[in-house]
Amino acid sequence: MGKNLYQKVWNDHLVGTLSNGQCQIFMALHLIHEVTSPQAFGMLKDKGLSVAYPERTFATVDHIIPTDDQSRPFQDEMADRMISVLAEATEAHGIEFFKPNSGAQGIVHVVGPELGLTQPGMTICCGDSHTSTHGAFGCIAFGIGTSQVRDVLASQTLAMDPLKVRRIEVTGSLGPGVTAKDVTLHIIRTLGVNGGVGYAYEYAGSVIEAMSMEERMTVCNMSIEGGARCGYINPDATTFDYLKDRERCPSGDAFDAAVQRWASYASDQDAEYDDVITIDGSAIEPTVTWGVTPGQAISVLDHVPDPKAVAGLDQELMTDALRYMQLEAGAPIAGTKIDVAFIGSCTNGRVSDFQAVAHAIKGHRVAAGVRAIAVPGSEKVDAEARALGIDRVLTEAGFEWRLPGCSMCLAMNPDKLVGDEVCASSSNRNFIGRQGSSTGRTILMSPIMVAAAAVEGCVADARVVFGLENR
Amino acid sequence: MSPVSQRSGRGVYVAGNDIDTDRIIPARFLKCVTFDELGPALFFDERFDSEGNSKGHILDAPQHAGASILISDVNFGCGSSREHAPQALQKFGIHVVIAETFAEIFQGNCTTLGIPCLKMVGEARQSLARLVGQFPEAELLIDLSAKSLTFANESFEFDMQESSREAFLLGRFDPLDELLVAKDRISGVANRLGGGSHQ
Ligand code: SF4
Repeated sequence: MGKNLYQKVWNDHLVGTLSNGQCQIFMALHLIHEVTSPQAFGMLKDKGLSVAYPERTFATVDHIIPTDDQSRPFQDEMADRMISVLAEATEAHGIEFFKPNSGAQGIVHVVGPELGLTQPGMTICCGDSHTSTHGAFGCIAFGIGTSQVRDVLASQTLAMDPLKVRRIEVTGSLGPGVTAKDVTLHIIRTLGVNGGVGYAYEYAGSVIEAMSMEERMTVCNMSIEGGARCGYINPDATTFDYLKDRERCPSGDAFDAAVQRWASYASDQDAEYDDVITIDGSAIEPTVTWGVTPGQAISVLDHVPDPKAVAGLDQELMTDALRYMQLEAGAPIAGTKIDVAFIGSCTNGRVSDFQAVAHAIKGHRVAAGVRAIAVPGSEKVDAEARALGIDRVLTEAGFEWRLPGCSMCLAMNPDKLVGDEVCASSSNRNFIGRQGSSTGRTILMSPIMVAAAAVEGCVADARVVFGLENR
Repeated sequence: MSPVSQRSGRGVYVAGNDIDTDRIIPARFLKCVTFDELGPALFFDERFDSEGNSKGHILDAPQHAGASILISDVNFGCGSSREHAPQALQKFGIHVVIAETFAEIFQGNCTTLGIPCLKMVGEARQSLARLVGQFPEAELLIDLSAKSLTFANESFEFDMQESSREAFLLGRFDPLDELLVAKDRISGVANRLGGGSHQ
């Protein structure tokens, strides 16, 4: 019987078994940022420990960095202090830090892949749940807490229980105007926000195979919103093409040798899975959320669901979600007014996301009264988008083009919703209060759907707004 | 760390499925370089309005003051990996969480901090939640080795991630010391895997 990628990578990084039965697993790559990691250096200090493999940890700042003016000190004193603490700690321990204006700074899950730090067959961890993004390259990549950041700094290993593996085959092909974001929202909506607890997701099938690396990252990014701690896609020619000539990847003969090794991690034809499910990709519509979890999603053509259709606690929670969102059961979701449009985040803040928007929005204008912001995921994304003139197309259409960071995805910097504003957002979480106001409302969707909402001033089908049907 | 086989305390039921870590601790409280001050920020936006007045959340109900065992519903602790969430619970005074299921990162964080996460299915958990509401002053007694809980003369069974339960019983829920013992084997794996991305 063959092995799947998860089993191969796990066995390859197994150090031993611990007294409680957990496995000790070596971490090939560790990424850190300013919010969840500085405390871990304090914990190390308390225990008199040092960093065991500093060359395997890389740092960036993303969550709290302003996107309008990044000159230091920041207006927010605490934000400035957090960056200083990270800068001092990385300096003291010999860890490479992608500082602002280094040309390499950006959202941690954008930076790793674009530099080529993320490579197939690795175990990758970071104090951030969207580390699952890196699974797009055929890695076991997952989020950890700060105490585990400490464990990795001190030992380069973690105590872990193995996950089960569910293969999700997305068959057929996507219609025009349907994107990777719609695929991932559709999967979460189908399997539930806790459907993946205990599982790693292996995404496969014709729809996934046809995706670019950036699209694959969008899908893997949101594995965690479906409860799966990690999600991955088997490495193939698309993966290797993306990695060729990346700054931190091997080159020349070493690259060819690496490709051979990388390819060997892919799941065997006869690999066993704990579960296999199939989703018809051709039936996926542009998908948007109506509630306060990413699983509370419907097609843009649908109506807001009615709590009366379910019973008990579920009914109560659905009623609460609709009350919070100020939506009416049975009303069409299209036409829901928006105040803010946000394109960015580690889900959809890469060059291809902005390129798709630029392509669609040319000749259109953001509706009056809508605040529209576009935030590149990294300094490299920013530079490339500018070189392609994407920033200009978006600004001409009425978007603000900002400096790189997490921005309104979690609003730890000054980019926030005000009061109960509604935001059409390309990010990954529509949790209560997520975008910086405890009454703010988030509707998740793909970047081109955000662009369509920005143009219409309300949730709208991008295929109609931008005439994408006959593409 | 000494072994933990029993825990006791008064309970409080915070109803809801999919209670995410953004709700447990809103992002603005993550602006800190230590976890020390997080206790009062627990569930802040659910407990207080924008002026800081109490909204009458169950955690602030006088009869539940001092409760240390939090009961909730399905998929507790989903979302962000922020350890700030279990840290806030612990600093607030919660030292056991009971739910139908937990998000994995949250559960792992709790274990390392010494907070057992007990899994209890639908009906049993709901009747426990009801009883805790009726007898807020009574103590829950939790036995990790027997996987049983007693309250108000009733006994309940629970489940738990086996490696986590074992870790509590062994007094090794913080794994770092044991991880460090394997230094040589770790460097063996590191050498075998080679440089990786740090060319
Ligand atoms: S963009 Fe959002 S989800 Fe991604 S790392 Fe930043 S805050 Fe987290």
